[in-house]
Amino acid sequence: MAEFEPVLLANIDRDDSHTLRGYESQGGYNGLKKTLKKCSPDDIVNLVKSSNLRGRGGAGFPTGLKWSFLNKKDHPIYFCLNADESEPGTFNNRILMEEDPHQVLEGIILSCYATGATTTYFYLRYEYPHAWNRVQQAVDECYEAGYLGKNILGSDFSLDIFLHRGAAAYICGEETGLIESLEGKRAWPRIKPPFPAVEGVFRKPTVVNNVETVACVKQIVDRGADWFKSMGVPADPSNPRDAGSYGPKLYCVSGHIEKPGCYEAPLGLTVQELIDEFGGGVWKGRKAKAAIPGGISMGILSADEFDCPLDFSGPGKYDCLGLGTAAVVVMDETVSMVDVLHNCCQFFAHESCGQCTPCREGTSWALKMMQRISAGKGRLMDLDLILEIGDSIGIIPGTTICGLADGAAWPMKNAIRKFRDEFENYIKETNPDGCHETVPVPALNLQASH
Amino acid sequence: MNTADFKVLTGEMVEQIEALLPRYPNKQAVTLPAVHIVNAALRHVPLQAVVEIAEILELAPAEVQDTLTFYGFFKQDQPHGRTRAWICRSISCHLRGGDELLDHLCQESRIRPGETTEDGSVTIEYAECLGACEHAPCILAGDELHKSVTKEDADRLLASWK
Repeated sequence: MAEFEPVLLANIDRDDSHTLRGYESQGGYNGLKKTLKKCSPDDIVNLVKSSNLRGRGGAGFPTGLKWSFLNKKDHPIYFCLNADESEPGTFNNRILMEEDPHQVLEGIILSCYATGATTTYFYLRYEYPHAWNRVQQAVDECYEAGYLGKNILGSDFSLDIFLHRGAAAYICGEETGLIESLEGKRAWPRIKPPFPAVEGVFRKPTVVNNVETVACVKQIVDRGADWFKSMGVPADPSNPRDAGSYGPKLYCVSGHIEKPGCYEAPLGLTVQELIDEFGGGVWKGRKAKAAIPGGISMGILSADEFDCPLDFSGPGKYDCLGLGTAAVVVMDETVSMVDVLHNCCQFFAHESCGQCTPCREGTSWALKMMQRISAGKGRLMDLDLILEIGDSIGIIPGTTICGLADGAAWPMKNAIRKFRDEFENYIKETNPDGCHETVPVPALNLQASH
Repeated sequence: MNTADFKVLTGEMVEQIEALLPRYPNKQAVTLPAVHIVNAALRHVPLQAVVEIAEILELAPAEVQDTLTFYGFFKQDQPHGRTRAWICRSISCHLRGGDELLDHLCQESRIRPGETTEDGSVTIEYAECLGACEHAPCILAGDELHKSVTKEDADRLLASWK
């Protein structure tokens, strides 16, 4: 680990890192030039497959495998870049787009060459105007330099990239929500199958990849699959579904931390290492109480679980949902978990798209209960009601179309199960007379209502 | 008013919208970009604009309206302020005083989140994760990101928006 050299963030501190000239001065687009001369698209697909690159957007699906599902008989093939980064605590993609947009673009061009896509829609969230300007400038530079457009660098390969701006909706980061939004409809995720690789945007085969994922593709093309696999955590041989966690990862750390920021390290770094070796420790010399391992959707780790490795299967072993976006949010000992859960519930109630009833109703009722608890009107039974919601909404229990509800459920389940005493004490102290109440609502007087 | 008599989309807006059509295989895909174009110019998207966008995109106005309202982002009744300030309330900002910042700005400008000051200068909105968590608490005002904002910074910002 001591020998690890950042590659994804290697150039971000250079003044001209966002310009074509700056990017080319560091060897940028050499990988693309070589690829177009010497490699077939299948060579790149196989290279990415053999690197075991897994998507960096949250789900961790193997990228090469995703590409190989494309229905190549149907044309055109579309590529959507998922730059709708909205998971609370996450900002690694913003940094890549703002400071090194050409790395992202080269990754897109290589990915499109590999998959046969001829049009890219770069779906960028509304909240990133600076990234929008930087990416648009970089795209313009690429057209001028012949890296985009017809017959790129004299080859048979042509590609257009169009920026498409979101409108502040978290659900557009779900790949089929993104596709619906791009089509000009409300961003309601689709039932899968069919997966986008078979029927995606405009009913055509579509690849949807995350910003950091395509930046990894560029690095793999430059450095090879063996380099990528030289770091990280190998697959657990006793778990046939574990595809391993290889390569560098951009870790975000924020909240109650001395040096909040985005840091690059091999997959498998522990939460404690991230806090101490990169984040400069918990702020103000305080102790940590808890942390979010990969965006709030992934749940909550208590401070005694900070040995949790941040690889694709690490957080799952600590009852969290997964690695997610590897965005760690640190909370110090002064934090109220009631307050944290209220904040998480507020987010998901706001961002549920409203399509599936369990999610729409579950997230808003969980918020109402958390508001009641926060306001000193909580009942002990509310905790079990919230857990009942948490255990019954999402793809995992099978009640919703997309994973937003699973993400909403995990903070509920982890906060209450890992910090139950704190919740119970809060309710007892703030509502001593009513905390044992069990009747949810006064019985309706049906006669009087008619 | 007879809707045909009065157009809210200027020739320039129509041109901008039509210029995007070749990028997509169908016209409906230009819905969100078109709504953004109008919103950037008018600071809201009145129903009449929806009707005119629908006409360009060969859609029913209800289809445009359906998409527009999904996002909860576009105002329709009246324009947002000359500055629209988004104060982040998600977890990383929350842990570093984002909620207090939002309350402070609302109190100082005497409006609630989502509302616009009487002089039309500022609209205060809460935001769900601005993706600038290393700079918490943060505010996005127009295209400008304000980082690690204190109450004093917020007062200065508010004065500059007036």
